[in-house]
Amino acid sequence: MSQKTLKYILKRIILAIFTVWVVITVTFFVMHSVPGGPFVGEKAVTEAVQKQMEAKYGLDKPLMEQYWTYLTDVVQFKFGPSLKQRGRMVIDIMADGLRTSVKLGVIAAVLALIVGVVLGSVAALRRNTVLDRIIMIITTAFVSMPSFIMGSLLLVAFAIKTHLFPANGSTPAGLVLPVITLALYPMSYITRLTRSSMLDVLGQDYIRTAKAKGVSRVKMIFVHALKNALIPVITYFGPMLAYIVTGSLVVEQIFAVPGIGRAFVSSITNRDYMMIMGTTIVLAVLIVIMNLISDILYKVVDPRINLE
Amino acid sequence: MSENKKKLFSMHVNVDDFLPASDKEKEYMVQMRPTTTAFKDGMKRLRKNKVAIVSFWIIVIIALSAIVIPMFWPYKYETMLGMTPGKPVDASYKNLKPFEYSTTELKKMEEGEKIFPHLFGTDASGRDYFIRVVYGTRISLAVGFFASIIVLVIGLTIGAISGYAGGTVDLVIMRIVDIIYSLPDTLMIILLAAALKDRISAMLEGTKIERLGTNMVALFIVFALLYWVSMARLVRGQILSLREQEYVLSAQASGAKGGWIIRKHLIPNCISVIVISTALQIPNAIFTESFLSFLGLGVNAPMPSLGSLASDALNGINSYPYRLVIPAIVVSLIVLSLNLFGDGLRDAFDPKING
Repeated sequence: MSQKTLKYILKRIILAIFTVWVVITVTFFVMHSVPGGPFVGEKAVTEAVQKQMEAKYGLDKPLMEQYWTYLTDVVQFKFGPSLKQRGRMVIDIMADGLRTSVKLGVIAAVLALIVGVVLGSVAALRRNTVLDRIIMIITTAFVSMPSFIMGSLLLVAFAIKTHLFPANGSTPAGLVLPVITLALYPMSYITRLTRSSMLDVLGQDYIRTAKAKGVSRVKMIFVHALKNALIPVITYFGPMLAYIVTGSLVVEQIFAVPGIGRAFVSSITNRDYMMIMGTTIVLAVLIVIMNLISDILYKVVDPRINLE
Repeated sequence: MSENKKKLFSMHVNVDDFLPASDKEKEYMVQMRPTTTAFKDGMKRLRKNKVAIVSFWIIVIIALSAIVIPMFWPYKYETMLGMTPGKPVDASYKNLKPFEYSTTELKKMEEGEKIFPHLFGTDASGRDYFIRVVYGTRISLAVGFFASIIVLVIGLTIGAISGYAGGTVDLVIMRIVDIIYSLPDTLMIILLAAALKDRISAMLEGTKIERLGTNMVALFIVFALLYWVSMARLVRGQILSLREQEYVLSAQASGAKGGWIIRKHLIPNCISVIVISTALQIPNAIFTESFLSFLGLGVNAPMPSLGSLASDALNGINSYPYRLVIPAIVVSLIVLSLNLFGDGLRDAFDPKING
């Protein structure tokens, strides 16, 4: 690794840390700008009780002091107690949800990656054939379909009309439809990405040289072409995770998957402020880290690329 | 002529080649077709792209019907049929299948009255579903359009200033852009929409915007805060390369001010890139709006949007799956057509940035 690459990585890490700080700060101040605070709209309480509740959660202290406490707490993964689920800590609720959501997201990402790369390579190698056309038409359609629509349509088709899969996502079999829903968009995107970069690579001189040398077709595709064609796909890792995280909000809602996305959405409707803050920060950090990794990987894999 | 004849293998030039051109030869040089501008050239390419043209007409038809149909349609999106003040609720209007009539309506028809059919039936509150879909389309399109305009104006201004000013100004703006760019946008939108809900609703009470909903205002605010960055980056990049051109130097030499050069020289030259990325921004905004509406953070009831219609339909999905399928098809069709048309625009007007 050259000096320049190291410098770039260092710069990206600093930017990522700074971004996380911005997220925490924005989240904190946005949530605290809500008029009346989190206890308005509850059952009518006397002023004394209100005061007591605010004192319990530290809401009576000056704003900057609260901010500082929150910041130091978050760095130690302390997100405070949930305001609506009595006696539970935000971190525990999130950990419960994350177990399911991470499983869902990882399977969807791996599925999207494998199917996308295979379909994209096939489309590129069989360029301008019927097969290529069909793959392109289907992926174009999927890219234009919001995830909640894809999920709802799959629910109607496979769970309600035909009963092939359960509609409830709390069992392993019930995870099939949510995984497919989450995977379809990134899969289509990766297919298109792989196809265009594969076409690009196949037209290059070194592929012609390899062919002229008598390299077998299989070896040419997998060793020579695919290795380089996959570089642009790496850049999509970050956005793909961001899509899966936000997509899981609706998908978990549709299929009733007990994940962090559903917990987040219900915390919004319940106005559980501690939970909203905690989940936003955790999900944002996840996305920022994934973007960081994919940017660094991209640079390491192909040092010619100038990302500035 | 004989002395003009070129000797074989000699180094002499052939003098015949240098005779004055005859009229017939001159005719070859006359350009028969009129000169084209870059715009006309692009339009010609665009017209050849069948997919883009079909997409364009689909968008036009959808947009026109979303504007025109509510003007003459006999039902309103918020009217709950069968609910007349002072009388018991006529439940026969609820959950009608497409083209089905309520018992009250059937009675009236027997008496010879003409009743307009419910093309898509009615929803659980007895509202005509067709007009709700039309209205939802209207909202979704409007959100997409206005959000893109906001992004365009802010991104263009900041990008142009950053690119033209350079130096410290550019550095500061670009660092801000970097940070905003790496923020997870959807999460920020949800956060702001959830928080702004209470704050804005007090401010907007009694105004026209209130009907649209505080969430929509929050959505626009978020678009204005977060989504301009890619537009600003794009414009800055364009301006950076354009401002090194000689004509900018000559404008500066003749005393033109910075604002004038940006407006008259730089922006017109990167207009195609700007238009294309604005066009591609619209489906993005529609996506975000329908996503938020689906989560219950979108338009305020009873105002429908395609996302909220789909979300409401989930409750009765066993009996009325078409209520989900219809808005689903409409929103997918809009986004698909806009994407394909945007791609067509890009291919036609800017062959440089083929993505």
